[in-house]
Amino acid sequence: MRVEHFLRDSARTCRHKVALVAGERRLTFGDLDGASDRLAAALSRRGVSRGDRVVVFLDNCWEAVVAIFAVMKAGAVLCPINPSTKAAKLGWLLDHCRASAMILQDRWAASAKAALAQAHCVKLTIMVGELDPTGFPDGIRFDDAIAGSAACPLEAPAGIDLDLAMLIYTSGSTGLPKGVMITHQNAAASATSVISYLHNTPDDIILNALPISFSYGLYQVLMAAKVGATLILEKSFVFPHSILEKMGAERATGIPIVPSIASTILQMKSLRGAAFPHLRYITNAGAALPPSHAERLQELFPAARIYSMYGMTECHRGTWLPPDQLRSRPGSVGIAIPNTETYVVDGDGNRVAPGVVGELVIRGAHVMKGYWENPAATDSTLRPGPYSWEKVLYTGDLFRSDEQGYLYFVARKDDVIKTGAQKVSPKEVENAIYALPGILEVAVVGVPDPVLGMAIKAVVVPGPKADLTPRDVIRHCAKHLEDFMVPRIVEFRDGLPKTESGKIRRRQVASEISETER
Amino acid sequence: MTAEIETQVRSLIEDNFLFREDRTSLSDTESLIDAGLIDSTGILELVAFLEERFKIEIADADLLPENFDSIHRIVAYVARVRATAPSAS
Repeated sequence: MRVEHFLRDSARTCRHKVALVAGERRLTFGDLDGASDRLAAALSRRGVSRGDRVVVFLDNCWEAVVAIFAVMKAGAVLCPINPSTKAAKLGWLLDHCRASAMILQDRWAASAKAALAQAHCVKLTIMVGELDPTGFPDGIRFDDAIAGSAACPLEAPAGIDLDLAMLIYTSGSTGLPKGVMITHQNAAASATSVISYLHNTPDDIILNALPISFSYGLYQVLMAAKVGATLILEKSFVFPHSILEKMGAERATGIPIVPSIASTILQMKSLRGAAFPHLRYITNAGAALPPSHAERLQELFPAARIYSMYGMTECHRGTWLPPDQLRSRPGSVGIAIPNTETYVVDGDGNRVAPGVVGELVIRGAHVMKGYWENPAATDSTLRPGPYSWEKVLYTGDLFRSDEQGYLYFVARKDDVIKTGAQKVSPKEVENAIYALPGILEVAVVGVPDPVLGMAIKAVVVPGPKADLTPRDVIRHCAKHLEDFMVPRIVEFRDGLPKTESGKIRRRQVASEISETER
Repeated sequence: MTAEIETQVRSLIEDNFLFREDRTSLSDTESLIDAGLIDSTGILELVAFLEERFKIEIADADLLPENFDSIHRIVAYVARVRATAPSAS
């Protein structure tokens, strides 16, 4: 099944039901289907063809949901990009996937314009907001693109479900992002599996404040459309009280969170338990929920089943812990999601016994097709599995299992830092810092943080004449990196440990820091 | 009085919250969220600063965009809370 049929089918069965609430806007399934048909038609008319990449550079707004389905209806590949991405990287991404169109928010038009100067592939720009898109390649306003009530001329099928649905960029250990290729079949397999264990129904009202440029947030949109549930889309969790009020007012039945959101909720002084009788479930992913947080969340939301899960962009979701196991298996992220398999292997790819730490391998129809035009990275991640005719996903994450096969995350295999549910390549941050004049050496590491799990720390050796403060380094990073990649802490030192060949020993810096902080 | 609060709030935001490449200033009424200046950890830092600097206590229920999502709103909120707790300095 292709992903746009999630919406088409729900629009047929429950046309007048509210599909989306975003701020003051409420759209029915019929509204959403119609608007995305019109936007798809506009994309096609203006030259977007089957398989073309369309970058969606939007925050959590109703237009983004329209855009997601419109891109797929046009047969194109959705490429969602975090709106805090800065010009140079945005330009790199546009160029790397050779995007033919970009749908963007006017607020980030300056960054986008600078990015477009280095990405001549983009032939069409659709601007959300008030800004006049004149000066952008074939610029039109989003509102104009979806205006009118003309029936959709896109009667022909947009493609088949083996086609790419999405290209989602994720941090790679080399410092260059990798584009995860997800087919419609992959996305449908993943959404179907998750829906089955969450028991989602059309009665669900899902409140999502996770960025939809992030796979976990994006799938909330897809899954809600698939079951015909209502999605409440919030921009962020910055004002937790507002979100919880909305949750109560809209009678939300499900909320996806990451550990930093759990910390924010638990820090609220006035929150009382039992105030959300409609809340049926809370899912956690991105990083493991500390057992004490899981316990306190359960006290605050006694009616909710708490699902501890693990996943990665490469398959969206890997494991889930049945909520009745939460107390008896603290810290576990559970078992393979339905209709998939997971197992732990040693360095030679052989399965290890319970309790032994090894790399987690995932097998299922939800596993990506590879990294966009990056065969080396693809080959090291998708490797031969138990059968000669298939490849399986090597996650790069070290796990162990208990006697019953429940999985526990141990560590990353590489130096990639998991901060607030996002993966950050230390190399990418180091490269940004080296661009600041006067920097001699830098090592970027993760340090434990009560809210983020890990916080980014940069250990910097400034040159003798450098007139720099740690604040300058942070400011520089904020101008060039996505928000979640900006170091929270910068420490200046006289030197860093190195190998005989002069390579900085990043791991040694990290382990020394964690020793001192113990 | 309000002017003094405003100066302090503005300098706090300009010194501590990080402007992205395409922006060098912020108007009094602009949304801090829309400007990409504040995230969920940033808001907690802002609350801690305001509580300490202005000797006020900020209730969870007050932590709303209506009170915090622009310099103008923060200044009005701080002035209002201080007015109801005149002993604070």
